[in-house]
Amino acid sequence: MKRILAIAALAAFVAGCSSTPDEQAPAPVEDAKSGAGGPSTGPVTSQPIPVTPIGGDPNKDPRLTDPKNVLSKRSVYFDFDSDAIKAEFVPVVEAHGAFLRQNPRAKMLIQGNADERGSREYNIGLGQRRADALKKRLVLLGAQESQIESVSLGEEKPVCTDQTEECFAKCRRDDMLYGGQF
Amino acid sequence: MSLPRVGRYNPTTHKFPYALNRIRRAFLACLILATAGAAQAQLTIEITGGGGTQIPIAVAPFQGEAQLKQGLSDVIEGDLARSGRFRTLYTGPQNLNESSTVDLAAWRSRNADALVVGGVYPAAGGRYEVRFRLFDVLKQQSLGGVAYTITPQQARATAHRIADFIYEKLTGDKGVFSTRIAYVVKSGQRFQLQVADADGANPQTAITSNEPIMSPNWAPDGTRIAYVSFEARKPVVYVHNLATGQRQAVANFRGSNSAPAWSPDGRSLAVVLSREGGSQMFVMNADGSNVRRLTTSAAIDTEPQFSPDGRSIYFTSDRGGAPQIYRIATTGGDVQRVTFDGGYNVTPRLSPDGKTLAFVQRNAGRFQVAAMDLASRQTQVLTDGNRDESPSFAPNGKMILYATEVGGRGVLAATSSDGRVKQRLSVPAADVREPAWGPAPAN
Repeated sequence: MKRILAIAALAAFVAGCSSTPDEQAPAPVEDAKSGAGGPSTGPVTSQPIPVTPIGGDPNKDPRLTDPKNVLSKRSVYFDFDSDAIKAEFVPVVEAHGAFLRQNPRAKMLIQGNADERGSREYNIGLGQRRADALKKRLVLLGAQESQIESVSLGEEKPVCTDQTEECFAKCRRDDMLYGGQF
Repeated sequence: MSLPRVGRYNPTTHKFPYALNRIRRAFLACLILATAGAAQAQLTIEITGGGGTQIPIAVAPFQGEAQLKQGLSDVIEGDLARSGRFRTLYTGPQNLNESSTVDLAAWRSRNADALVVGGVYPAAGGRYEVRFRLFDVLKQQSLGGVAYTITPQQARATAHRIADFIYEKLTGDKGVFSTRIAYVVKSGQRFQLQVADADGANPQTAITSNEPIMSPNWAPDGTRIAYVSFEARKPVVYVHNLATGQRQAVANFRGSNSAPAWSPDGRSLAVVLSREGGSQMFVMNADGSNVRRLTTSAAIDTEPQFSPDGRSIYFTSDRGGAPQIYRIATTGGDVQRVTFDGGYNVTPRLSPDGKTLAFVQRNAGRFQVAAMDLASRQTQVLTDGNRDESPSFAPNGKMILYATEVGGRGVLAATSSDGRVKQRLSVPAADVREPAWGPAPAN
């Protein structure tokens, strides 16, 4: 019931914002509940600044699971032996960074993973390194340190088991989970 | 892309059906074994390699052993053969017991260096007396024997004790036939931490979970196992009491908690925590209190292992750019590098005498178990798989248990510490991994 009200409120809000003049750059929002801001035409992002419907649980924001929304993209993939965030994932990371910044009550768990080659405990360390790298980037983008916990699953939860480069690449990733998923 | 399942999962812990009493090696065996056989998948064992010098030994059927549902001489023979240091000779039916006059010259001509004879006799209250004698056939003399009073359920454990006696008399080393091994079984999405006899018999499940379990590590007194569980969607270290099935989360800090390793006095645990950033080693009391940071680096420092004298901790670190093995004093301080060859050396394990370091080495993309003599720094590769990992020494230092893959399936294997004798232990339709050889039972 609450969710329906939240969606209705959001729909009404967005409808009301559609004629708002464009802004030059995304304005920082101090209070998520103020509902300020509209579609941003800042030079970098092409996504609207995420805003929580008033009174809703940000962890259950429907945009987080809407396949048409970048926020439903929760995985960042890494190159072999690397924890560097690749350019192709920057928009996803920035969207989640903005969401966390806008929604201080949102909580995230980052699970880092490694491919299956080598020692299990060392792979816990590699997954941790990747999770920490993503958390650091999100904090730089304005998330609070206390909103995000970064952990490692090492090689223990593989999404595939073929011993091929293609499978290894799928395993070298961070997954972002929001509150309620953990 | 699939999202992880929602909600917490509570795995099932099990109370072991037998109390972990000490076995008193005398005329009265006190071990109480599980009689209820849980429907566990049995570890099957096959020997795949032959050793160098093997003592030819004849184990004659024990007179009257058919009275026990579990025969004794078969188990004794199996133990001795699996150690790789004995070649068991076919004896055929015999009419010998521990007090027979034995024609040792005749056994010599059958190429036996040693002979075991024994008997099983009914005693009061449904019990049996088991007596045996060991002969040195070459020197034509008795090496002694032992008598036990047992219940039928204690037959298998008694056979292991007899095999230990024989092994020790003839090799000078302590036998490990009465020890247990822990390992993780993965069957579909179900994970179990199991403990079985060293020969794979009597598997007991300590914990069942829908999320992974890794890094089991035995407390030195054999009553508890520390391990890592992912049931909370992140790694948490538990200490599990085998007899009661009770467990305590001893390291459940923000971030990841993993790689538990007991100190030799059983009072401390080394662990790897990410609560202060990265993966760094900490030492704490066995109940999780008094957490002290041990390493301070920007690297991954992990896989701590105490040396047998408790003074040093060996560990894996990539502080030099690639994972290598290092050593630090338990009290902290300077770090010394131990491995220098190759670009990937991990998972340090010390032999019980502290003289040999077993570890995992990557050679041309293949991961194998190697052993380094710490005095000479000479290294020998012991295994020849592609994905060998998790080496674990037997308490007598003579065998190394490890995990490997055969036909895409996880199995355990054991190698003698000189690499010559190999065994494979597997569970049908499941992956076995993460072995840990338990300590010698205290006498």
